[in-house]
Amino acid sequence: MSSRDAVLGRIRTALADVPSGEAPEDVPVPRAYLRSHLEPGQDPVALFAERVADYRATVTRTDRARLAAAVAAALTRRGARRLALPAGFPSELLPSGSWEWHPEPLNVPALNALDGTVTLAAAGIAVTGTIVLDAGPGQGRRALSLVPDYHLCIVRAEQIAPDVPDALARLDPTRPLTFISGPSATSDIELDRVEGVHGPRTLDVIIVGPTRLEHP
Amino acid sequence: MNAPSSRGVVWLGSPAFPDAAREALKDTRLRANLKRATSTIRDKRLAVASELDDWEALRDAAAAIKKCTARHLDHYLVELEASVTAAGGTVHWACDAAEANRIVTELVRATGESEVVKIKSMATQEIGLNEHLAEAGITAYETDLAELIVQLGDDRPSHILVPAIHRNRTEVRDLFAAEMGHWGQPAPEGLTDEPADLAEAARRHLREKFLTAKVAVSGANFAVADTGTVVVVESEGNGRMCLTLPDTLITVMGIEKVVPTWSDLEVFLQLLPRSSTGERMNPYTSTWTGTTEGDGPSAFHLVLLDNGRTDTLADTVGRQVLGCIRCSACLNVCPVFERTGGHAYGSVYPGPIGAVLTPQLIGVENAATLPFASTLCGACYDACPVKINIPEVLAHLRAEAVEAKNGHTAEALAMRAAGKVLDSPRLLAAAQKAASLGGRALARRGTIGRLPGPMHGWSDTRDTPAPPAESFRTWWRKNRENKEGEQS
Repeated sequence: MSSRDAVLGRIRTALADVPSGEAPEDVPVPRAYLRSHLEPGQDPVALFAERVADYRATVTRTDRARLAAAVAAALTRRGARRLALPAGFPSELLPSGSWEWHPEPLNVPALNALDGTVTLAAAGIAVTGTIVLDAGPGQGRRALSLVPDYHLCIVRAEQIAPDVPDALARLDPTRPLTFISGPSATSDIELDRVEGVHGPRTLDVIIVGPTRLEHP
Repeated sequence: MNAPSSRGVVWLGSPAFPDAAREALKDTRLRANLKRATSTIRDKRLAVASELDDWEALRDAAAAIKKCTARHLDHYLVELEASVTAAGGTVHWACDAAEANRIVTELVRATGESEVVKIKSMATQEIGLNEHLAEAGITAYETDLAELIVQLGDDRPSHILVPAIHRNRTEVRDLFAAEMGHWGQPAPEGLTDEPADLAEAARRHLREKFLTAKVAVSGANFAVADTGTVVVVESEGNGRMCLTLPDTLITVMGIEKVVPTWSDLEVFLQLLPRSSTGERMNPYTSTWTGTTEGDGPSAFHLVLLDNGRTDTLADTVGRQVLGCIRCSACLNVCPVFERTGGHAYGSVYPGPIGAVLTPQLIGVENAATLPFASTLCGACYDACPVKINIPEVLAHLRAEAVEAKNGHTAEALAMRAAGKVLDSPRLLAAAQKAASLGGRALARRGTIGRLPGPMHGWSDTRDTPAPPAESFRTWWRKNRENKEGEQS
């Protein structure tokens, strides 16, 4: 007998108490939980910005017209000059200046030698302050947002789902997904939280529109 | 029935819990470390769980999803196998630890590699994979910071979430300075004991491993039957490195980790990080479905592990333990764990969940003291995000442990004798009279210190009040029965 048949056989024997007519759908699963923990009238984009910042990532809000300038400002602030460029990243968002843009193909040692990566995102989650990448256009392979030490991620306001259930419904599970909530971190030594272990140690997030500008 | 030696789970030669606990309690530094650590995580967990008004509804949903999955486990595993295969993965089935180890070893050998990078995984610890690979000449590098600390120290994990919680920063610094060079990139000169510096040293030490590794081994937090999607939840990015950079990925997963649908993750991805690290969301969650052309490993193997889980499933009370999502919230609220630490449990699964999981995986007769490693206070049940009634299972396993000894324990004999006496008013009256006389002879200032004979096991840690001169029944007969009779 194969191990597959042995394990399945043991399971069926172990479940002798389950009536043979019971289908999986017959087991009631109460779904009384909320689809979203957003308060009525609460702005998901503002909450997303607040929650991302809680993880000690830097959040900037801007509009479409000023996006390239915001990208330039972030790169300048971080001193990131040599950058991986994911396939499908919109060229009009590349700021003009002395940056080196390295398009694919990039092998791992080449990626490891770069300062950082600029990507778009597939979704955001307001309540948890999470960005999700699905390796789609402008996001690149998973390695691009992982190996270099700095990740600048651009999220459009309309991509931000209020909470986890809606975000999962928007995503395509057949694509490789990465949910990112702040820079990499550890609390393994005396539970003292340290930001930055193996993943990018610095995470900047730029939220684009809707045009709720932050006036002084 | 497999001999437990083919299952792993426990560390061979470990003392029984009461002996190990007695030793652990003497280590005052360990107790101080643990108290600080568990109270820190407890507070964080309470704060983020209380942010969600529907926490109880989420727990109810999680418990029901796990119950449904367990009752139809064969159906969901066959569905998972089909969807993983359709997405380009290969599924293997392992009856026990020995078979899983053999499968992984053969898969690594087939790549021609002699090194693998590993993501922290309870399943591979349970089966003793690293030791098995070492015997086959394959070096497994643990890449989670705490697991690295445990591996460099040739040590054992003491907590499900933070396995090196028994080590303080100075010990970690000394370990890195002494051992890293034997495994690869040495620690930098003048390494301090600041956690940030230690994390930096780990980053440098492991980077060359990540960049050159061809094979990775992981566990899985969840696997979705209807899509074939596997999920790994982590913090440091070592998981992403292992899941993304090597050519071959081998995932070892307990059969109970399957969930029916993609949307079921909406429940667990809210409960797990808040219960585990006390965060709204952990830094990184990776999901993958088979293989993806041009992104990540080109070969993906999923090893489905039984190793005692079907025995657990056969117990209609104990079955609920298979719902565990390994968050470790029960460890952090347990008054016993907080004092003894994880090593005393002698198993890769410590704490309340270990006390109900270990005996079921390897047979209660092989871990008979673990169901008693609890005060039955119920804090673990309240903290459990999937509502496993741990006290209920503990009581159930205690009965089984007594049964396994054919009821010949001193406690069982005493209870049987007590049952006879309590059944007979005549015997009870005689026993109470004898206890009153004997008790007063032993008592000093109203309490009995050390009881004679086999009863000293009870009195070593407790004072027993001396019995009164007459029993309540005697007093009642003298003072009330006649008077009540007069009234009527």
